[in-house]
Amino acid sequence: MTLRQIGVPLAALIIFGLFWEWLVWVNGWPNYKMASPSDIWPAFWKFRGLFLEYGWDTLWRTVVGLLLSVVFGVFLGMIMGLSKTMRDALYPLLVGFNAIPKATVVPIIALMFVGQHDMNTILIAFLISFFPIAVSVSIGLSTLEPEYRDILASLGASKFTIFWKIALPKTLPEFFGALKVAVTLAFIGTNLMEIVEPHGRGLGHLFDSGKISADYPLMFAVLIALALMGIVLYYVVVALEKVFAGWAERNPT
Amino acid sequence: MSNLIDIKGVRHAYKTPSGPLPVLDGLELSVPEGGFAAVVGPSGCGKSTLTRLVAGLMKPDEGEVWLHGDLVKGPKSTVGMAFQNPVLLEWRTILQNVMLPLEIVSTGMSKREQEDRARHLLDLVGLSGFEDKRPSELSGGMRQRASLCRSIVHKPEVLILDEPFGALDAFTREDLWQTMHNVKAEEPFTGVLITHDLRESIFLADQVIVLSGRPAKTQYVMDVHLTGERDIEMLYTPESAEALNILRQQIRIAQGRDAA
Repeated sequence: MTLRQIGVPLAALIIFGLFWEWLVWVNGWPNYKMASPSDIWPAFWKFRGLFLEYGWDTLWRTVVGLLLSVVFGVFLGMIMGLSKTMRDALYPLLVGFNAIPKATVVPIIALMFVGQHDMNTILIAFLISFFPIAVSVSIGLSTLEPEYRDILASLGASKFTIFWKIALPKTLPEFFGALKVAVTLAFIGTNLMEIVEPHGRGLGHLFDSGKISADYPLMFAVLIALALMGIVLYYVVVALEKVFAGWAERNPT
Repeated sequence: MSNLIDIKGVRHAYKTPSGPLPVLDGLELSVPEGGFAAVVGPSGCGKSTLTRLVAGLMKPDEGEVWLHGDLVKGPKSTVGMAFQNPVLLEWRTILQNVMLPLEIVSTGMSKREQEDRARHLLDLVGLSGFEDKRPSELSGGMRQRASLCRSIVHKPEVLILDEPFGALDAFTREDLWQTMHNVKAEEPFTGVLITHDLRESIFLADQVIVLSGRPAKTQYVMDVHLTGERDIEMLYTPESAEALNILRQQIRIAQGRDAA
């Protein structure tokens, strides 16, 4: 990390904050219309305990939902990638399921398992985010050039060996591309459920409390906290990608 | 029977939605131990199908493929393959790529010996110093050299080369022909080379087989007896010119442009 790598984004952030503050001030907007950064800091400080506690709820629910997505998505992707019949059978089903706006599933799940806040939230995070993973893994596997298979198959290697040594690592760049989409989706899923469920926990619930008590700076503070958490989650995935699929990155020549 | 590769009366057709598409019909091919046969023929005449048959990756509808006195029923670890696409694994170093077959085939070599052998082969093809590079850091010709090392690292009896130099520029290709000779001198193998390049076929092989158009049968077999040190000059002697002329004629017949 050079000074430039940290300095440039930080400067952009500060300029953005100042511009925001100026925009609110020059238009004379009241804070229920548009809160300014100077309104948001006090809101953070006032509810700092809740931010930490609920932030943790949102974080671990998202991560668990995402992990479920990875396990199920990779499994589904493998089935569809390795068998054409299964691909033909499952694809329309999957596309149809993915087309349902998840906001409509949220109340259904919330009613199905009333009061099971953790489970409901994780379930939505999972349902909303496994699709890109399954699709990318299946495409990665089904588009493997036959020569790649042949170099090992001609030596008598088993299907599993070919999968483990060639197909799986070759799919990793696509997988991580999908994981970057999925992590954001899972985060959206978690918050949808937290906002909708009464008597829940998590940042989504804090947002809802802000709405009920007409505390607009609090609502904005939650948005900022969510943005920060989203950035952290995203860059964790980027870091993992560097470790496991860094080879796919070409040095500029 | 002293032939290492024997293909007898092979027929094969692919199933397509519009009915069976015959690609091979009456293919005969024999390569003695240590021999190197080049197979040439018009585009799409089933040359690559032939490689998959010898490698045991598919079974012919009719006919038999024998390797070393055994009827081929499935893939065997005594076969090495290289393709036009070098198919190196991008996440492995060049050395790890070359050693890949040793992870599948048991050769009785220790890890140390395996690595020494891979390094030695890389040195033989002129890639010493590139062992720890990634494939993406190498040029097309260098990747093909590495692919060649990988195809022989497990000491296969039969080496199948499916247009390995087809995608390279002319100069790089001629360099690699020379490399092939060096490799064969030090690591004897019995080989089948599929190629589009008649000069390549007489420069590398001691037997050139011309296949007819699809469905392919063995149309013509030429024994090549180029004498002396193998270098590119050799392709410009009168005897080479004559051999090339005959082959070119045979290809025209195979394409259906000239009468047999």
